[in-house]
Amino acid sequence: MSLISLKNLSLGYDNQIVLKGINLDIEEDDFICIVGPNGSGKSTLVKGILGLIKPMKGKVIYNNLKQNFIGYMPQEAKVDANFPASVFEIVLSGCLNKTLFYKKNDKEIAINNLKILGIENLKDKCFCDLSGGQRQKVLLARSLCATSKLLILDEPSNNLDSKSKKDLYKLINDLNENHHITIIMITHDLDHDNLIGNKILSLREDDIFFGSTKDFVRRIHHDK
Amino acid sequence: MISSIIDMFSYSFMVKAFVVGILISLCASLIGVSLVLRKNSMIGDGLSHVGFGAFAVATILGFAPLEFAIPIVVIVSFLILKLNENNKIHGDSAIALISASSLAIGTFLISITGVNTDINNYLFGSILSINNSDVIISIILSIIVILIYIISFNKIFAITFDERFAKSIGINTNLYNIIFATLCSIVVVIGMRLMGSLLISSLIIFPSLSSLQIFKKFRSVVIFSIVISLLSFIIGLIVSYLNATPTGATIVISNLVIFIIFKIISLIK
Repeated sequence: MSLISLKNLSLGYDNQIVLKGINLDIEEDDFICIVGPNGSGKSTLVKGILGLIKPMKGKVIYNNLKQNFIGYMPQEAKVDANFPASVFEIVLSGCLNKTLFYKKNDKEIAINNLKILGIENLKDKCFCDLSGGQRQKVLLARSLCATSKLLILDEPSNNLDSKSKKDLYKLINDLNENHHITIIMITHDLDHDNLIGNKILSLREDDIFFGSTKDFVRRIHHDK
Repeated sequence: MISSIIDMFSYSFMVKAFVVGILISLCASLIGVSLVLRKNSMIGDGLSHVGFGAFAVATILGFAPLEFAIPIVVIVSFLILKLNENNKIHGDSAIALISASSLAIGTFLISITGVNTDINNYLFGSILSINNSDVIISIILSIIVILIYIISFNKIFAITFDERFAKSIGINTNLYNIIFATLCSIVVVIGMRLMGSLLISSLIIFPSLSSLQIFKKFRSVVIFSIVISLLSFIIGLIVSYLNATPTGATIVISNLVIFIIFKIISLIK
């Protein structure tokens, strides 16, 4: 059964439609990359799925998944890099969808997620003293605390050097393959080295493609 | 000196000022951390000017100043919040507009009605103007502010750090922004009696700014801004009593001294 179904979904701001009549099913264990030029509605779609904006038409159906139990990782640029907070404080805040005060169980979940991402040693460090790649892992760990099913990542590899990028993609892939977490990722990376995931949603004006990554690559070559 | 400090508390107005001051310093420092980190420091300043206007109107109409000013300032704070939401760029100018207008209207009204004995008290604060009902209102409201802050501490952290993520995990960020604006308004209005409309905003932002120079965990930043705030209040009150200087200004100066010390420590480290 699909995890999320978009039914004739139209999204936009202040009566200006950005995406019109989207129909698609996100299956469990999918790893979907959303690609498209700036302004094509990638972030808007993600906000629609997260419930940060209301649909103008159509609806988002969640199966076996509560909307606030989706792990979301916003673009790094939206977070203040000088914010005085320890890594643990930030990661733990991902548990706030279930609780007002942290319980022992929440702390265990947070530590476990730090371990999965290999940053347990950073636990007591200040967010402001970390490198870009480490910061992204912290934000990823926080979003993992909010979910056991679906992660939505908005350009997680922006501003990262190619080594940190590979490192991060490997971790995300591992979450998908070994921890059975469905992934939706907005990305700009379409070169062969960095192509990950099993499906691609390509948003271009009047030309929306949703299908397997293989088909997408074949289509691009065909177009050339 | 010790004996003159003990002597200080034999005056009932000093005891009132001490109680109200401690509570206000505590609440102001709590609110301050989030305001400073969200780069909204000017909101406190804007609201205090609105408070001045409201106090002036209350004096002329013969209403109790606190009871009249609190709802007015709360409403204006919602207005500022709304303006901020709709258009980030004009939020700043909206605050400047509202604050200058309130100050002007307040001064205008006071001068045409000829009641000008209070104007100095409203601008710079006066420990003599604190009466029993002010003390009771301050105690009740401060307890409410502190309780709400403790209950929502984790959520306040999440929203301050990353509002979008907080919203995505189902935290009602709009509700919390409204609660926060209300708390901020309450602190500003109560604090104005003591600090005056021109100086109350410094009580909100100074302790957190000092704390931010040294501490790097959210929890420690909050705890130490409380400590700094209480310390500068107590030092300020005693110094002003011993030297007969204006209380509000003396408290701000002791805050400034602590800030400079912390800044130097952070530069050396």
